[in-house]
Amino acid sequence: MPPRVNLNKCNGCEGLPESKCEEACPGDLMAVDPRTNKAYVRFAGDCWDCMSCTKACPTKAIETRVPYQIGYHKASLKPIMGSNTITWKCVDINGKEETYKYRNRMDK
Amino acid sequence: MANIPAKRAIDFRPKSVDDVKTIIVDCDLLIIGGGNAGCFVAVEAKKINPELKVVIMEKAEIMRSGACSAGMDAINTYIPNGKTPEDLVRWSRDQVGGGPLREDLALSNAKELNEAVDDLERWGLPVLREEDGSVRYRGKWDISIHGEQLKPIMAEKAIECGADVYNRIAATGLLKDGEGYCIGAMGIHVRTGDFYVFRSKATVNSTGGAGTLYKSYTADSTDSGAQIWMCPYCVGSGYAMGFRHGVELTSLEQRWVATRTKDFCGPVDTISVGYKAPIINCKDEKIMEVRYKHLGGDSAPRYIRANAPMEEWLQGRGPTYCDTRGMDKETNWRMMCDYLNERPSFVLFLAARGQDPTKEPIEIFGSDPYIMGGHTMGGFWVNLDRMTTMPGLFAAGETAGGNPNKFVGGCAAEGKIAARGAIKYMDENQISLPKDLDEEQIRIELERVYAPLFRGGDYDGIAPRAMKDRLQRLMDEYAGGSSQFYRTNEERLDYALKHIAILQDQFKYLKVADLHELMQANETMDRVDVAEAVVHHLKGRKETRWAGWQTRTDYPERDDENFDCFIETRRDPLTGKVECFTRPYVQLVPGERFKS
Repeated sequence: MPPRVNLNKCNGCEGLPESKCEEACPGDLMAVDPRTNKAYVRFAGDCWDCMSCTKACPTKAIETRVPYQIGYHKASLKPIMGSNTITWKCVDINGKEETYKYRNRMDK
Repeated sequence: MANIPAKRAIDFRPKSVDDVKTIIVDCDLLIIGGGNAGCFVAVEAKKINPELKVVIMEKAEIMRSGACSAGMDAINTYIPNGKTPEDLVRWSRDQVGGGPLREDLALSNAKELNEAVDDLERWGLPVLREEDGSVRYRGKWDISIHGEQLKPIMAEKAIECGADVYNRIAATGLLKDGEGYCIGAMGIHVRTGDFYVFRSKATVNSTGGAGTLYKSYTADSTDSGAQIWMCPYCVGSGYAMGFRHGVELTSLEQRWVATRTKDFCGPVDTISVGYKAPIINCKDEKIMEVRYKHLGGDSAPRYIRANAPMEEWLQGRGPTYCDTRGMDKETNWRMMCDYLNERPSFVLFLAARGQDPTKEPIEIFGSDPYIMGGHTMGGFWVNLDRMTTMPGLFAAGETAGGNPNKFVGGCAAEGKIAARGAIKYMDENQISLPKDLDEEQIRIELERVYAPLFRGGDYDGIAPRAMKDRLQRLMDEYAGGSSQFYRTNEERLDYALKHIAILQDQFKYLKVADLHELMQANETMDRVDVAEAVVHHLKGRKETRWAGWQTRTDYPERDDENFDCFIETRRDPLTGKVECFTRPYVQLVPGERFKS
């Protein structure tokens, strides 16, 4: 269950030539259903968990989950993109929280 | 200057070739694959001649495509003060147990290396530095970076330099003229369904390596089939396109197998090299010190370190770990940042196991095997200009063989060298674009690649995924995958070849419902063709030179008399017969090759 789309937050990137998640995915795995205007994953088993879609989503509707077959319910890792920093908020299955923030670009 | 957006997916169900639109794009230099190497090809070519029309054919979207899409935590090679390019070649030779390797290519790459890494830093990549301003080394040759944005940084420069980027076009075949010169490439636009024909004076093949030929041990459940080390979207299409035209491949038997974190293929050098955490077995024995001291211990060649944990499992001493226990909180925080830069979801994996590495060691295991000319040596045989045996076709990065341990910096450096080689080729031979379109060649390729889409809903055929799974299991069990501890023998390889031939014959049954699946069908045909080459290479090397990377149970010893040379293959495009032969190794950099 790699990217998990929150249907309440996803707006299908309406108005853009393509949605940010389908633009970002290196595996062409994200698409927007024209009937519901919501993003979905074509096949979770093909996901590399690179988190490109999660970083790109403008409405923070996508969360990456580790497949249950290899990791337990439920941990979360959320990237917050700044112009030259990234902040990661991580919560483990026992509720332990950790934050990581650092510079990811020098030119901005 | 344009980064051409791909558009949203459409419902595209053509009935025949007549329903497919063909779009012709002419350019001077075509780059297949806008990854690490490809971006550097573009920037260098435009720097040499801003008038050149440079086109990048990109399967994904260039900002987050290929092996660097998740980011990177280190540049594995950067020559420190006091060391020379020759020293780097000697180190690279040691990593592959004394070779053979192409020392001419390695040396030319090493001379370009630091400048290419400096380019990345000038473009905005944060390179970590010590308090005195010097670059922070984490090992002998590798430096630490905060590379979460590595791919966007490279991609932005490729666009800024003036290259045209055609996104979401999956390359399927090379375009060849009557004399056998490469004059471009063809592929499917996976969002519009149009068939693109790029005609060029020179072409650089930089599609990346081949992951997904072998079954991953996590692929036994539906949601974790792609938990592999190599980017699973790099499937070897570049190798396959050349192989089908009879272009010579080298050293595919030297597969890249690495020690990785278990169940979620994350980097291990990050911990073992970067944070000096020793690898241990279930008895808390330091494996390298106890069992491999005579081969260099922690400094043993890379293939020995890669195979060591699997030997422990085989001998009944697994599980194996990187011993991170006792690491202080701040060091652990820095290590987690490294992971977030390269394989962020590994931090999520640890959280999903409820694991604190300072209290519990990180479990490690061997990866599935990959073909990657930027890490080990499998790829096209190239000359110093990085031209393959097909005139007009160049290779850079993972696709160029013979020269291992390139990694990010080396692939960047090689991109520059290939760009110069391609421009020299165009100028010296005064290459011009052909006046006429070879419509017959284009029609044959279009029919081949779109056929699975024409077969229709009622057709009783094969799904691309089913064929991929069949191939992966075959390669895993018969051609030395992780379930077999990387071992194989002549009979198993012959078995694999027999079944690969059946799969090739069954391409005619592939059936798809949409353009995404059509891309997958073509990727799977590419995988099968590359697998055929890999098996021939494994058959060709009748010795065991790099246990783990290449292990023959029927020839367990190294045989310098017969195999201190390169194994080569080429497939005759007319008969389909694969010829396997050798090329001699030439030592250019003095020094003791075999230390053990």
